[in-house]
Amino acid sequence: MIEIKDLHKSYKMGSNSLHVLKGINFKADAGELVAIMGSSGSGKSTLLNILGMLDGADSGEYTLDGVPIKDLSETKAAQYRNKFLGFVFQSFNLINYKSALENVALPLYYQGVPRRERQEKALHYLEKVGLKEWATHLPSELSGGQKQRVAIARAMAAEPKVLLADEPTGALDSTTSYEVMDLIQKINDEGNTILVVTHEEDIAHMCKRIVHLKDGVIVEDKKVKQVRADQYV
Amino acid sequence: MWLFDKDLWSEIFHTLGKNMFRTFLTMLGVIFAMLILVLLLGSANGMSNGFDKVFAGTASNSLFVWGQSTSEPYKGFERGRNIRYKLEDAEILKKQIPEIEVLAPRIELGSHRDVTTVYRKGQTSGSTVYGDFPEIDNITKKRLVEGRFLNNNDMEDSKKVCVIGEETYKLLFEKGENAIGEDIRINGVFFSVVGIYKPNNNINIDGENAVFIPFTTFQKAFNSGDRMGWMAIAVRPDTKVAVVENQIKTILKTKYDIHPDDERAIGTFDMSEIFNNISAFTNVLKGFSFFVGIFTLLAGVIAISNILLITVKERTKEIGVRRALGATPKVVKRQIVVEAIILTAFAGLIGFAISVGILAILNNLWGSGDDFPFVNPMVSIPQFGISFLLMVSLSILIGLLPANKAIKVRPIEALREE
Repeated sequence: MIEIKDLHKSYKMGSNSLHVLKGINFKADAGELVAIMGSSGSGKSTLLNILGMLDGADSGEYTLDGVPIKDLSETKAAQYRNKFLGFVFQSFNLINYKSALENVALPLYYQGVPRRERQEKALHYLEKVGLKEWATHLPSELSGGQKQRVAIARAMAAEPKVLLADEPTGALDSTTSYEVMDLIQKINDEGNTILVVTHEEDIAHMCKRIVHLKDGVIVEDKKVKQVRADQYV
Repeated sequence: MWLFDKDLWSEIFHTLGKNMFRTFLTMLGVIFAMLILVLLLGSANGMSNGFDKVFAGTASNSLFVWGQSTSEPYKGFERGRNIRYKLEDAEILKKQIPEIEVLAPRIELGSHRDVTTVYRKGQTSGSTVYGDFPEIDNITKKRLVEGRFLNNNDMEDSKKVCVIGEETYKLLFEKGENAIGEDIRINGVFFSVVGIYKPNNNINIDGENAVFIPFTTFQKAFNSGDRMGWMAIAVRPDTKVAVVENQIKTILKTKYDIHPDDERAIGTFDMSEIFNNISAFTNVLKGFSFFVGIFTLLAGVIAISNILLITVKERTKEIGVRRALGATPKVVKRQIVVEAIILTAFAGLIGFAISVGILAILNNLWGSGDDFPFVNPMVSIPQFGISFLLMVSLSILIGLLPANKAIKVRPIEALREE
């Protein structure tokens, strides 16, 4: 599903150049649930941004579902993001003047799905994350966990190939974190490919594979026995 | 078609409605600009209309010709000879100059603006008495209060009828008294009143206290023979009055043995000059109003662009999220430009409505008065159309500024911003 070869990325900081990713080789098959771990500065967010087509790599290859991702125009990138990827952010990034339902429907709007169908689909995904009754509420009326579940519903609504979650539990307490992970696991059970960036061990062990990043290179890549989150909920 | 996309509009009204006060303040600039533009243009139009009203009834392409005294000796005649036209001159001029549309000879009792005593049942008025052709009505239209003007029947039968001015009526009749069919006496001859006219507000050639009788009647009653006092001439619309004026002078100079360089012997007055001056004045006024208004409008629209720039800055993160979710740069750009258009158009309409209201009030205050040339101060539909179109196109151009700024921010940077 995802394949990257010898990926390099550096940032210019004044006259200095900061080499963040120093040749990453990584492959993820369909249906995998991968945790990308690393301390801050290890390059895990940069990797995710490149995977998410939010940022471009300096060199290396990136193939997503057989499509080479290279030198995309902003318009093309936006279309690919919409088609291939679902994003879940640490700080939820819901649009605060839109109801939960409208937030979930937003990617579908950009896909050009007709209004009625959009609403139905959005409601379906809200139901899936257990927030059907909250459809008309604004993000400010929701708790942190609920917000993240709306964000996950939004990421799922466009039926992407890959779900990218950047510290999805970073702003949540542990109970709520497990609820969110439970949801992510269930979505993965349905066969969706999910990448989770985290620095929390327990969250990482709820995935099926852990990739350790350190100083811009992968230092460890192992399959783990998945810890189910529902036992904590 | 995105124009009918309900979501686009709901997005836009959401964002604009989110900060009502700021939106309103933003619009204020354009509201005032539109107000100034429409008020200025409307006033210029009102002035132009007012002048039109003042001159209503006077043919703009007209000319008056009368005889004066010579200033040069010529062909044995001494200088200072008075030129007196004959009725036949009218026919000669009409025949030789096809550009003349109407030619109305006129004769006055006594010399120019002489006052003759008019009697009626012991009341008298000192009025000017004119012998006229009915065609004069095509050049200086009389506003009739009652009755009719002289007609061809009166001319053919040399009827002893007259049309009197309102001033004359006041002097000769009691208030509210019926004058039509009543007789008045001029130099011992009785004339029956057939019409009363009101002064026209226009360039007052005839005076307000005047009596008009048919030219033919005048000839018989006052024994004027073939004398003619002066001529009122209307020229074809496609011809310059000055051209005809020169032709007339040449013909008359030859006929009356006037020195070709004698500028004084023939008196003429070109009415079109006055009209041209006035229309030039009102056109300059209109042009100036437009100029000032458009630049004020530009300032207003720039204010909107400014606020949108701030809004874009505030919404960086939101825009980042949208782009992560698949909003293409085009979509983001479009939303901001449409916001600019909506703000401008809405503000423009508000300004327009207010200014139209003010103009209506001004019209009520002064529009009906005769003394101030200010009638129906309104902007015309094309004027409004042009300013509105200009305003909207300005807003599109200026909306592109914040829109480009919005898409310049990379989604990753936008999301990183806390």
